Amino acid sequence: MSLLRVENVSKHFGSLVAVNGVSMTVEPGELRAVIGPNGAGKTTFFNLISGFLTQTSGKIIFDGEDVSNLLPARRVWRGMARTFQITEVFPELSVRENLRVPVEVAAGHRLSPWMSSDTSSEMSARVSELLDMGGLSDKANRLVGELSHGDQRATEIMMALALKPRLLLLDEPTAGMGDQETYDITQLIRKLHRDQKMSIVLIEHDMRVVFHLADRIMVLAEGKMLAEGTPKDIAANEVVQAAYLGKAAA
Amino acid sequence: MTQLVLFNVFNGLIVGAFYALMALGLSLILNLSGVINFAHGGFLAIGGYIAYTLIPYIGFWGALILAPFLTALIGLIVERVLIRRLYGRDPLYSLLLTFGLAFMFEDGTRFIWGAQSLPYQVPAWLLSPLSGSLFFVTGYRLFMVAVVAIAVAALFFILNRTRLGIRIRAGTLDLETVAVLGVNVRVLRNMNFGLGIYLAGLAGVLAVGQLGLQPTIGSSLIMPSFVAIIVGGLGSLPGTLLGGLLIGVASGVTTVFFPSATEAVMYVMMAAVLLVRPRGLLGEEGRF
Amino acid sequence: MGPVDLQKQAPNVVVWLLLLAMPFWMPAVGGYVELGSRVVVLGLAAMALNFLLGYTGVLSFGHAAYFGLGAYGAGMTIRYLVPSTSLGLVIGMLVGTIAGALIGPLIIRLRGVYFAMVTIAFGQVFYFIAFRWNSVTGGDDGLTGWTRQPLNLGFTTLDIQNDARTFYYLVLAVFAICVGVMAWLLRSPFGRTLIAIRENERRARFLGIPVDQHIWISWVISCAFVSMAGALYALLNNFVDPRALYWTQSGDFVIMAVLGGMRSFWGPLIGAAIFVVLQDYLSSQTENWMSFVGLFFVLVVLFFPRGVLGIIRRKVTT
Repeated sequence: MSLLRVENVSKHFGSLVAVNGVSMTVEPGELRAVIGPNGAGKTTFFNLISGFLTQTSGKIIFDGEDVSNLLPARRVWRGMARTFQITEVFPELSVRENLRVPVEVAAGHRLSPWMSSDTSSEMSARVSELLDMGGLSDKANRLVGELSHGDQRATEIMMALALKPRLLLLDEPTAGMGDQETYDITQLIRKLHRDQKMSIVLIEHDMRVVFHLADRIMVLAEGKMLAEGTPKDIAANEVVQAAYLGKAAA
Repeated sequence: MTQLVLFNVFNGLIVGAFYALMALGLSLILNLSGVINFAHGGFLAIGGYIAYTLIPYIGFWGALILAPFLTALIGLIVERVLIRRLYGRDPLYSLLLTFGLAFMFEDGTRFIWGAQSLPYQVPAWLLSPLSGSLFFVTGYRLFMVAVVAIAVAALFFILNRTRLGIRIRAGTLDLETVAVLGVNVRVLRNMNFGLGIYLAGLAGVLAVGQLGLQPTIGSSLIMPSFVAIIVGGLGSLPGTLLGGLLIGVASGVTTVFFPSATEAVMYVMMAAVLLVRPRGLLGEEGRF
Repeated sequence: MGPVDLQKQAPNVVVWLLLLAMPFWMPAVGGYVELGSRVVVLGLAAMALNFLLGYTGVLSFGHAAYFGLGAYGAGMTIRYLVPSTSLGLVIGMLVGTIAGALIGPLIIRLRGVYFAMVTIAFGQVFYFIAFRWNSVTGGDDGLTGWTRQPLNLGFTTLDIQNDARTFYYLVLAVFAICVGVMAWLLRSPFGRTLIAIRENERRARFLGIPVDQHIWISWVISCAFVSMAGALYALLNNFVDPRALYWTQSGDFVIMAVLGGMRSFWGPLIGAAIFVVLQDYLSSQTENWMSFVGLFFVLVVLFFPRGVLGIIRRKVTT
């Protein structure tokens, strides 16, 4: 059974149609990239999947369950985690503190007024694991707001991972990064995909990243799906090239 | 009985119009700058006191024209010197600031003009009822409604037909874009604040003729403005107008049947609106 | 539990030493025991507010409502029901907490300044009730004709009625329990979710925290402790009047929290100390103390937004 099935989803803002009847299926363990020119509706599409916005029409089926009307927090409980285009973390808390929150929430302790020292050690251990995975161990006690862009993004990805999700939604994870940072983040995502067998949907502008990581690619333009296929298919697709380069090049 | 109800509904409309006037000023400032001007009542009182001071020199009509402008001027200075510093910060701080200003205004007016109620010189012909059978329709009440109606009309004219007004409306929706389009946002906020305070000052001059002049008049009138905005709708000026009128009429009608609950009814309305439609009757979604 | 971190605990130790010894050093510096009791009671209120304001990031400006309800609850219990201090405290706290719990859902979906406005408005509802219902509450004249009752603990009776010092220690004991619970909660996983909400509500939501629900819980906890403070306040003065419910009282609590430092646990207590002493001094010196209090608000906001502890903290790191 597919992990995620987006069925013919649309989003209207008044007369503006941001997303127009887009469908997508993601299989477990797949890394799917969503690409397209600016304004294509990619982030809106993500917002619909994660529940930040409510779709005007269409359905979102996650692991066989219709989550179309669920609030974001509940979709998180079902196993969806996301990062944002502009990194959303807790800037005035340390990296360790940032990670501790999702670890505890995922373990079911969000309402606990108390925690035994055993459980507390468990939580700390998991945080350390995540710190290692994200290459953040040496920065664990620093405030996230003071870190480099790349490290902030890595923290955010690790926070999403802390939730033990079944699907990771990454919105432009390498946005605004230099070559080295892009490389580091790409390696991190690759590790998550290969080693952790994580299912990932990725919005990206950087084609190197996309072609390096993706199993399948979906191209959006002006709210509609333009093409879908393997990286090879998409690279050879003339319609996609035209959409990106404009009519002048076609 | 019908006459009694009519009397109270009419009275309620007048009171409501007045609440609306005050609430509109508050709403203008809130919508554009995100500041709850606690000192709004204080400005109202200042408007009344300035008018009181001016009347012996320029008469009632002169004071009616001039006092709101002078009050607005004080408002412009306060915005420029104090409130402007806090725009980037947590709204908590501007709230505390206007809070402190409210204290200072109330005590300041007490210091300058004394704590006792001052006699107010309203032209006598305004105070007499217009006709025997409609005894409750005194000239002053009609006059208040007329002034409020003119002020509201002028406000909507300014907002829809003048450059300043259009910029204010645009800024309320998306201040960033307005700034990018080259509008001087600082000046815009300042002017908008002044406009809001003008309305407060005007309300002050009017209120005093009806309620008498003492230092506490401001703080006693600020709550209905709040409720008018909450009921009428966050971010909506027509909503605020509607809210004010509704509150006025509701309390007017309540006076007939449950006199002691008159003030309570606006809070009941507020609770009802929050329960059923938190953004208010005409409020915009996502405003909060 | 590991070895006690002395550096971390030092401030706590200092605060408790000062509090425990207050009746001894306060008169020496020109104060009086009741003033100290007042500081502790209002400090509790400010700390309860700060649970919501400083730790959850929620702008509640109407907390006087629950403070006042606690006060009236206590006073009316002793006056009309049973002349018992403990019952007065319990009922006072319950009244404020339940009111908060019921009002919470109405306002919880609002944020920022709109939330602040609505909390102020609800505060005024209770002010208005206290003011109008004179047969029961005494109206503007206040609720009189009662005093706090000696506390019978079984093995001894505490004369809190006549001995200011004994009453102070009762206040301090209640304060200790309340702040102890608050501290414990703030250090718990639940407490961490509140801080997360304060830091970045969107991110908290997308970590699976049902934000509205958590804010409501924080709200109710805050109301519970502020109404306990109100009940103590009534006992302190042997009197309650609608002033305790007025929006100016709410503003006082917020300024105490800001003045002392919203991001620190003891900050609001320090803020309360400064504010209470200042107000006490000013009102004895001039009739226009209200202007000075207002000016004080303005100055704190413009020049001291991080509060006393905020400034001290910065000195420590540089």
